[in-house]
Amino acid sequence: MAAVQWRTRWRKYESELQRCRPEALPIEFGDYHPLKPILVTDTKTRRGVRKGSTSSSSSSSSSVPPDPLSSMLDGTDPLSMFAASASETSTVSRGGSTVDLGKKKKEEEVVGADFEPWSAKRGEILSRFTTTEKLSINLCMGSDKGKATSPASSAVSEKVRTRLEELDDLEEGSQRELLNLSQQDYANRIEELNQSLKEAWASDQKVKALKIVIQCAKLLSDTAVIQFYPSKFVLITDIMDTFGRLVFDRIWSMCSEPQPLSDTFTCDDVHDTAKETCLNWFFKIASIRELLPRLHPSLHVGMEVAPQLKDCLNTNFFDLLGTFRQLSGESVQNQLVIQRVEMPEYLTLFSPAINWILQCIAYRAPECFVAEFRHEAFRPEFVATRATDFIGMIKECDEAGFPKDYINCAEIWVEFTCRHFTKREVNTVLADMIKHMTPDRAFEDAYPQLQSVIGKILTYFHDFSILFSMERFLPFLDMFQKDSVRVEVCRSIMEVFIRHQVEPTRDPVILNAMLHICKTMHDSVNALTLEDEKRSLSLLIIGFIRMTVNQLAMETRRVMRGNHSRKTAAFVRACAAYSFITIPSLSSIFTRLSLYLLSGQVALANQCLSQGPPRAWRAVLVRGLLNMVQDYTWEDNSDAKVLDSNETLYGGDPKFLSEINKLCETLIGQVLDHLKVLGGEEQTARRQGALAFSLFGVLVAHGDLRNNKLSQLAVNLWNLSHKHGYCDTRLSVRTLEYLKQQAHQPDMSHLSDTVQRLALQSRT
Amino acid sequence: MSVSLDIRLKRANKVYHEGEVLSGVVVLQCKEPLPHHGIILNMEGLVNLQLSSKSVGVFEAFYNSVKPIPLLSSSIEVARSGKIPGGKTEIPFEFPLQAKGNKVLYETYHGVFVNIQYTLRCDVKRPLLAKDLSRTCEFIVHCQPQKAKVSPSPVSFSITPDTLQNSREKETLPKFLIRGHLDATSCVMSQPLSGEVVVEHSDIPVKSIELQLVRVETCGCAEGYARDATEIQNIQIAEGDVCHALSIPIYMVFPRLFTCPTLETTNFKVEFEVNIVIVLQDDHLITENFPSNCAESEQTQDR
Repeated sequence: MAAVQWRTRWRKYESELQRCRPEALPIEFGDYHPLKPILVTDTKTRRGVRKGSTSSSSSSSSSVPPDPLSSMLDGTDPLSMFAASASETSTVSRGGSTVDLGKKKKEEEVVGADFEPWSAKRGEILSRFTTTEKLSINLCMGSDKGKATSPASSAVSEKVRTRLEELDDLEEGSQRELLNLSQQDYANRIEELNQSLKEAWASDQKVKALKIVIQCAKLLSDTAVIQFYPSKFVLITDIMDTFGRLVFDRIWSMCSEPQPLSDTFTCDDVHDTAKETCLNWFFKIASIRELLPRLHPSLHVGMEVAPQLKDCLNTNFFDLLGTFRQLSGESVQNQLVIQRVEMPEYLTLFSPAINWILQCIAYRAPECFVAEFRHEAFRPEFVATRATDFIGMIKECDEAGFPKDYINCAEIWVEFTCRHFTKREVNTVLADMIKHMTPDRAFEDAYPQLQSVIGKILTYFHDFSILFSMERFLPFLDMFQKDSVRVEVCRSIMEVFIRHQVEPTRDPVILNAMLHICKTMHDSVNALTLEDEKRSLSLLIIGFIRMTVNQLAMETRRVMRGNHSRKTAAFVRACAAYSFITIPSLSSIFTRLSLYLLSGQVALANQCLSQGPPRAWRAVLVRGLLNMVQDYTWEDNSDAKVLDSNETLYGGDPKFLSEINKLCETLIGQVLDHLKVLGGEEQTARRQGALAFSLFGVLVAHGDLRNNKLSQLAVNLWNLSHKHGYCDTRLSVRTLEYLKQQAHQPDMSHLSDTVQRLALQSRT
Repeated sequence: MSVSLDIRLKRANKVYHEGEVLSGVVVLQCKEPLPHHGIILNMEGLVNLQLSSKSVGVFEAFYNSVKPIPLLSSSIEVARSGKIPGGKTEIPFEFPLQAKGNKVLYETYHGVFVNIQYTLRCDVKRPLLAKDLSRTCEFIVHCQPQKAKVSPSPVSFSITPDTLQNSREKETLPKFLIRGHLDATSCVMSQPLSGEVVVEHSDIPVKSIELQLVRVETCGCAEGYARDATEIQNIQIAEGDVCHALSIPIYMVFPRLFTCPTLETTNFKVEFEVNIVIVLQDDHLITENFPSNCAESEQTQDR
């Protein structure tokens, strides 16, 4: 019985496939996996990392749920317009600076729903920076001499002079100091000032209004109770904003007298009187003696009038960086000691400002802007110096004695660096991080941060040739020494790789690195690994193999136009060998088989079978299959699959048919042996029947039943499967019907004989 | 009977150059018809010189002030005697802006001892028992920009205890090094004064850095001449102990009217100086002086 001669039936798989099985191979990546949502999460996390900063760079066009904060976007916050205007530069000619009057409308257009507006930040800052200490407000409001405006003198000089004199009055004016205010009192007082500013303005007491603003701005120079400073800043800039808006609205109303201006007007549309008034305001403010009161009102008036000042943000940011070393200076340190504020606490006071600036800079930076950013602002040498500045700063943080914060800081920096710089700088940052995290295995406490660093890098660098050419990237990966984390990281890298590496790659560096990563993932699988986990890991690895190894081979083939030189052939064989070595590590036999199949096809296409030492590796392949069959025959259907795949693999190549036939014989022999074993025991009789039936199916499908022995075998199997009466009658009936149908086809008439010999077990 | 009289110039900024035509309207607003004996418009340009009490003594200063120098004077009758109907009446006028004889029209300047001012005065002569109506309106004269452009000449400076001139206590001074530059000492009026200052090092923390704009006016008269320096404005450019080795921008907008191109005539001189004042926390005052040569505004503002 063991020596059943195998005869292959000629089949046209393609047409058959089209006829009856149009669905694709299950291996189609990402199509069927239950864990698939995991793959999608990346877009979400990316959004989460920095709200409102990614829209232009993200390549996936997932629809984002509208930011709830957008509903709060009511304020005409000049800073956000500031940021937004940066993106408009292409439409605005430099000469005629378009003043953004329809700003509310525009703001909504330009500042999308994903931009976290200042109004939202405002509340956050106010609630975050609080104090229980007593505050004081020191105001010298001058004498409120009820604006006995000199009878409207027409001469500009007089007007200016009187106003300047009034401003000077402040110096000698009555000084009022409010002490021992609680935080709430303070806020109330500021709000009162805000109200009186509006009142003064409404009652045409412009000078008084300006005085209030000046006094408020002066408050900003008071750094007592520094913990409260960010909140104080918010409160006081509110007043400045109010003032800026009042001035702006006044000029706007001046302009709209004959007819309202359109939303997008240029400076040519504004009539001279309005311009003159504008100029007057600026002259007025420019002559304020103190720095802060001069700076802030002009800033806020300026922002209202001409918000197209995107360059300022960059400059602003770098200036801020430039002043960083001041913090270690003596006077700051002394202040901190006096106020008993720790350095880390002090540094957090900067976070809202930095956060906001970066958000504004990064927000929807359009391509041109980014390019400009790179080319103009960041000329190479500039980049170099600044990069070291960054690093320097980070180092400084470290030296200040809080390494815990170092990594948090670095985590943020990485994103900035990734976004705006090239790999060189990122590499530098990574190197520095490695340097800092390695001593005392500090990285052990910072896995989440390090992981997010990787995540950020992956978000911005999709080109793996760049990624891996950073010489510090892999060493950085080496810091992940806890297995679970390491695998997690590898997995995320792999995911990005599979998603973004569209072109098959031939870069040895990438391949090598990816192999390394695959290996890590593979090594992580152990007896305790969950099935699910294994599956997702294998999916990733398979993805890689599909993407690279096989495609690599095919690519080579294409390049060589089908005719391999010795060199390329060797290479392709190496690829194939790699596949066959890697594949057995997979746990899911189906994916493994499919992969085998795929790899086999590629190898075939590359004529590997007929070249080189074919026996050796063919043997490996087939042996592998056999082993598997041996291992898994007791799993339903697997034998059928093996046969199927084997067929597909060698199907078209007559040269190997005989050998395969031989193999199949062995196979069938094994299956039959197995059947016998199964038959020996009562309990397994049912399984025996089922197996016999499926083998029958295979025989009918693939075997050439014109051969007597085969057909006899088939009949035997049929009988066997029905012997114990466990067989599903309906299935049998259907099979018979199918066979009969097949028998009607031209070259299948021999089937009818067989069919006749198959007796349906009568139902008793 | 309320009557209002106003002069409105066509240009909102009221800036005119020599040779241009000064045009505008005289606006009369009254409820009832207004009889008058003629409406006359006077254009006048004057240099007023005053001697400082410091230089020549209080009495001389008071009595012996130098006679004003007329630069411009012309007058037209915009309406013959008659009646202005009730309501709003606008009478247009035009004046060619030409200097008197061989005089030059200096730029408008409001100083302490020297004043250069141009005015339009409108007088409505009225019959008996009614007061004459009068209204003045200043307009501003800017010089035509010179053909030859002032090339910016940056000036660098470096201040240490050793560079100080009038200090008698050099040994007791704290050590400091302050460097910087002004982008130009020949300034164009319409452009801000700009530059940078860097506190490289200072033993005693800095309290404030200020920028002082000073005018130096010289009046000549029979008895000799008086030269006085007075502050026009003083703005703070840095507050507190500034970050060392960080350049702090120097930026000052020249106040209008109170500055003008540097002027040198036979009778008077107007010059400007800029002081950079560094105040240390122990109230040491370090001042660096830059005479600056102001030039005419560029004609960019001109319309």
